[in-house]
Amino acid sequence: MDKKYILVKDTRRAGSNQTEHFAGLLAAKIQASPAAEAVQVVRAADIGFYDQGLVLKFLPGGPVYLNVSEADLDRVVRETVVGGRVLEDLAAAGTARQLRVVLRNCGVINPENLEEYIRRDGYRALSRALFEYTPDKVIEEFKKSGLRGRGGAGYPTWLKWHLTRSVPGAEKYVICNADEGDPGAYMDRSILEGDPHSVLEGMIIAGYAIGANHGYFYIRAEYPLAIERIGKAIEQARERGLLGTGILGSDFNFEVDIRLGAGAFVCGEETALIASIEGKRGTPRPRPPYPSVSGLWGKPTSINNVETFANVPVVMTRGGDWFAGIGTEKSKGTKVFAVTGKVKNSGLVEVPMGVTLRQIVFDIGGGVRSGKKIKAVQTGGPSGGVIPEDRLDTPVDYENLQKLGSIMGSGGMIVMDEDDCMVDIAKFYLGFCVEESCGKCAPCRIGTYQLLKILERISEGEGRSEDLDRLRLIAQAMQKASLCGLGQTASNPVLSTLNYFETEYREHIQAKRCRSFKCRDLLTYSIIQSKCKRCRQCFLNCPVQAISGDREVGFYIQLDKCIKCGKCFEVCKFNAIARE
Amino acid sequence: MTDKKKSGCCEVALDEAAGLEQLRNAVELYRRKPGALIPILQAAQEIFGYLPESALRLISGELGKSYSEVAGVVSFYSFFSTTPRGKHLVRVCLGTACYVRGGKEVLDALRQKLGIEVGETTADRNFSLEVARCFGACGLAPVIMVDEDVHQRVKPRKVNEILDRYRTRQS
Repeated sequence: MDKKYILVKDTRRAGSNQTEHFAGLLAAKIQASPAAEAVQVVRAADIGFYDQGLVLKFLPGGPVYLNVSEADLDRVVRETVVGGRVLEDLAAAGTARQLRVVLRNCGVINPENLEEYIRRDGYRALSRALFEYTPDKVIEEFKKSGLRGRGGAGYPTWLKWHLTRSVPGAEKYVICNADEGDPGAYMDRSILEGDPHSVLEGMIIAGYAIGANHGYFYIRAEYPLAIERIGKAIEQARERGLLGTGILGSDFNFEVDIRLGAGAFVCGEETALIASIEGKRGTPRPRPPYPSVSGLWGKPTSINNVETFANVPVVMTRGGDWFAGIGTEKSKGTKVFAVTGKVKNSGLVEVPMGVTLRQIVFDIGGGVRSGKKIKAVQTGGPSGGVIPEDRLDTPVDYENLQKLGSIMGSGGMIVMDEDDCMVDIAKFYLGFCVEESCGKCAPCRIGTYQLLKILERISEGEGRSEDLDRLRLIAQAMQKASLCGLGQTASNPVLSTLNYFETEYREHIQAKRCRSFKCRDLLTYSIIQSKCKRCRQCFLNCPVQAISGDREVGFYIQLDKCIKCGKCFEVCKFNAIARE
Repeated sequence: MTDKKKSGCCEVALDEAAGLEQLRNAVELYRRKPGALIPILQAAQEIFGYLPESALRLISGELGKSYSEVAGVVSFYSFFSTTPRGKHLVRVCLGTACYVRGGKEVLDALRQKLGIEVGETTADRNFSLEVARCFGACGLAPVIMVDEDVHQRVKPRKVNEILDRYRTRQS
């Protein structure tokens, strides 16, 4: 029988960390209980919860306990470890809503051990595909499943495979797009690191379905551990006859290579990615022809995302119908999101499609960290948009997010609160796109730059009344005329913030005011004399000596010298610095 | 802290002739594979810590590609650098999660403490400062990466403490 595990982690600040102490106590108590043989206590490096005191996570599939005290441990051993009952007062809210399909093995198996993967049904899907299914039947199964690409655009996986298969030719390729470039998204990294074989297995099955004998992993150089683990997985698979010639004794051959990204966001776009594997500058080219017709080295190629591949073995073992039973009408299965930003429990969550953003952020994520009011959730990275608080009850699927002016994207979900200025956020994303635009087509190269210049002007208090119309005009031109997805969607952060937070933009332009106190040039600092205790902290800490006065007459900020760095505001213990 | 001796991309170059010899071996390893240019450039950067002109000339000659094609690929990807870097590479993440949790303030503090701008190297060749777009460690934001170590939840006030650990190490 497989052992059960309890992951232990003290999530309080470093320094007061007592993981080891608690793990020892718990292990001793379990040793003395009837469950001694069946349960192992493991100290976790990262358990996905932060500032939640001592956290215990029961694997596989058990509850997560937060803020466990030493006094609780006896109860935990008696009730949960031995009795199998969940202690409701300790259990983290919302864990029940998660459904682990893609992340089924992450954190459960040792990712460097092929045996452990096999023990959890690993490579059963491959053997079933090779011996019980024709390639067309595999594709049929995926049509039934309704699985759509998890890289962002949501193209039906079966259709991509079908199209690539239908193009005549003996030489075809499968590419795993692991160039996870969206800032704020790390589900692909976690899958590659935590369950590399599932991605590899998915890729081999794709190769079989399409009729391809060669695959490439294109992985970001920023993910050294992911590269190492995939490399090991490939070696292990090769040794066991799961890769190479005559896989598992069938007549199907498949080989895999790894290529590393070299720090270009645009290479996540499929035609740019192909150019990069071919050893060229990673610039996109117009489609059609689509890669399914003319891809790598001009041959038919199917490019799928990491998370898509990780879904493949599950669809094969449990069947397309089972998979189609999860999710919404048009978006099937689950989606992994990286919930980050101003949220209490940042980390990866996997939920069935159709769960609302509010459930993800509040029930699972625990709400806003600072206790402040949530302003918006950003999805889809630089190609996505913000979704304001009053739309958070929208069920998450491809179509709904698009209707809201954002996209599913690869699954980054960044929570923003009242301290985040929407003009500043738009500026942040545009700054990203200006740097990452490859420069090949004018609408993207010039459009992103001009959008950024206007946003900068607005945040510096130089905004003009016609600027909002101009932003919209440029944004629309970019959507229509850019060559690839990067340019076509680069204006989304501007359009969506403008759409939902136009008042904030107008305040910046007309009242020269930033309600989130982010746009430095619009701020003025002054000392409230009635509150000032003349402690001199502001005077001593001002980096440009803009504060004059002494303990007798009091202190004053000289506005012509002030660089608005906010240092005085930070150091004042008496709230005597006014910021407006 | 681990006593990892090799710090990846930032290890100071060995002498050039030995490096070029090593590079020739790398070229042999990849040359028959299609699309070999980028893996070879990555190997070259691993060897020298950056891409000196002599290495690019060698690669262009060995692969029979024009120098401009090789240089064009090098300038396209931000991972490649044609100027020597410091002993330690400090990369500040400015991905979205780090940005909203104060990554920019961390960067400002580092610029001030090191006295250099992004893309520059300190006069003592100890540190280079760069900006990165997401290490995929968003749950730990804001993060910086020094060589291959990720430092999590960095506070602007604490950057000097982090730098000190590298100042004393293998100077």
